[in-house]
Amino acid sequence: MEGFRFLDFPVPDERGRFGPYGGRYVPETLIPALEELAAAFEEARRDPEFLATYRAYLRDYAGRPTPLYYAERLTEELGGAKVYLKREDLAHTGAHKINNTLGQALLARRMGKKRVIAETGAGQHGVSVATVAAMFGLEAVIYMGEEDVRRQALNVFRMELLGAKVVPVASGTRTLKDATNEAIRDWVTNVRTTFYILGSVVGPHPYPRMVRDFQSVIGQEIRAQLLEKEGREVPDAVIACVGGGSNAIGAFAPFAYAEPRPRLIGVEAAGEGLKTGRHAASIAAGKRGVLHGSYMYLLQDEDGQIAPAHSVSAGLDYPGVGPEHSYLADEGLAEYAAVTDEEALSGFRLLAKTEGIIPALESAHAVAYAAKVVPAMPRDAVVVINVSGRGDKDVAEVKRILEERA
Amino acid sequence: MNAVVEAFQRAQAEGRRAVIPYLTAGFPSPEAFLTHAERLAEEADLFEVGLPFSDPLGDGPVIQRASERALLQGVRTREVLRLVEALAGRTRAPLLLMTYLNPVLAYGLERFFQDFAAAGVRGVILPDLPPDEGPEVAEAAKAAGLATVFLLAPTSTDRRIATVLRHTTGFVYTVSVTGVTGARDRLPEELGTLIARIKAKTTLPVAVGFGISGRATASQAARAGADGVVVGSALIRALEEGQDPLSVLRAVREGARL
Repeated sequence: MEGFRFLDFPVPDERGRFGPYGGRYVPETLIPALEELAAAFEEARRDPEFLATYRAYLRDYAGRPTPLYYAERLTEELGGAKVYLKREDLAHTGAHKINNTLGQALLARRMGKKRVIAETGAGQHGVSVATVAAMFGLEAVIYMGEEDVRRQALNVFRMELLGAKVVPVASGTRTLKDATNEAIRDWVTNVRTTFYILGSVVGPHPYPRMVRDFQSVIGQEIRAQLLEKEGREVPDAVIACVGGGSNAIGAFAPFAYAEPRPRLIGVEAAGEGLKTGRHAASIAAGKRGVLHGSYMYLLQDEDGQIAPAHSVSAGLDYPGVGPEHSYLADEGLAEYAAVTDEEALSGFRLLAKTEGIIPALESAHAVAYAAKVVPAMPRDAVVVINVSGRGDKDVAEVKRILEERA
Repeated sequence: MNAVVEAFQRAQAEGRRAVIPYLTAGFPSPEAFLTHAERLAEEADLFEVGLPFSDPLGDGPVIQRASERALLQGVRTREVLRLVEALAGRTRAPLLLMTYLNPVLAYGLERFFQDFAAAGVRGVILPDLPPDEGPEVAEAAKAAGLATVFLLAPTSTDRRIATVLRHTTGFVYTVSVTGVTGARDRLPEELGTLIARIKAKTTLPVAVGFGISGRATASQAARAGADGVVVGSALIRALEEGQDPLSVLRAVREGARL
């Protein structure tokens, strides 16, 4: 396999628009920095040396390509399509986040920025930023909602161990949304010296595009690996969980704009159920609006105040969904479903028991939805589930939930 | 000419810089807001009202807290309309409305500006909208008879200055520092250069905000060439601490005279 390439996708346009979505709705202070960042990224993605360096770190540091694993027992258990797992959980730091943080850290280094900041929800992105910052010798400050600091204590410790400073955020809902506000405030203040490593396909242009481009290594590898294993590049379906949507975009993008196109299924968090209002399903139950610099589907009340998201998984606990997902949904290029906390917990246990793989609670949403649709698919169909991260970080929380019920 | 520009000219004719206090609507409570706003507006040239938003990413901790507290009391768009209308009946200072874009979109672009114009607002400030991102927003505001105010910052290039000015009809809101709102002890030295760069391209008034906390900072802004100063966080902090925000405003007025 020749390795990762920067692909040319039809969206966004030069103003960062995916149809009506995306854009740059941020304080004017940041506009010159975003213009500079977009130009630097454009230059980097055309530079063969940058590409070679990025590929080398993906291979030697992140451990790519991650395996595409035929899940034989899960396939038997579900009794339908053949199920493959894209093992992002085996990437260094235990999640797909490293694909993006390596790319952005290399860009930060290229731009001469010595200080990086980031927001984190579950802590996976924060750990990943702390990791690359340690490796490249950059100062790292990670913003994390107080509620998430409590839920993900182990990841807080990992970040500190890696030399990052973790700043708990006490405003608003004390989760990822507020951590992102605080990271943007830091960037507005320290924009001249600081590189903001945004972790998902959200935020002002060029972030949704840049993060998508780096994460597209997932889908590119799926194509190459499936060709090797099944003699075809394109499966019948790709299933991935969607919070902000970076792992899903990474898996979808190399398929979404080409023919033949598989079913691309994004799985949002239905939390305690869409009808309860306690969920994080922006496409299923949100309205369009602007948050964190981007026009996209959002959870909001009728006055345009952002509504709190809820999910058992901290990484999906975000009230918006990236502009490219908003676009793919409107255009019918991808479909979006939602599974509840309860179903996700079943998916978590299903993968553990059938395959000996404990997925992140985020990824368990994709497993849970696969368990619903795969049995009805023919046996010669091929489905790829993106296992975006490993579940070690969630074991304590799942134990607590299960014990509470016992 | 619009009421916003006129207010600057009246101040200038009296040999002063315009003084623009800001309060978050509904803070500390809807009725207390009205009382304080009326007293402050009495000694102001323009008055800025904030429509609270759940995710004010351009604001520092003081205005964040005020917004959260207002929202907790149920102060949303309709209540702000009521408060603005009541305030407009009690003051001669032209009212400016500051809010983030999402509440505007949720209410409906045209209707939002029409209803606030009808309630007595004269100008609008949207801190998360670089004007070229949504030219239709500025157009809708102008169509409703509102003056448009956009932000420029120390990082703004000459090209950004030109772009922002093209959409501005009220005044230029110059952010004194790279940062969020909040009172500071002093302003950066480079403020004068920034104001000069802006004034080289426009005859519109230039006001300085973010960091104005009292006499010294207001005086610094005045000496840097500002035609007006905005003070917000320092007033809200005074309210939080049980002090009279009017004394802060008077100190700012003093400074803005020099």
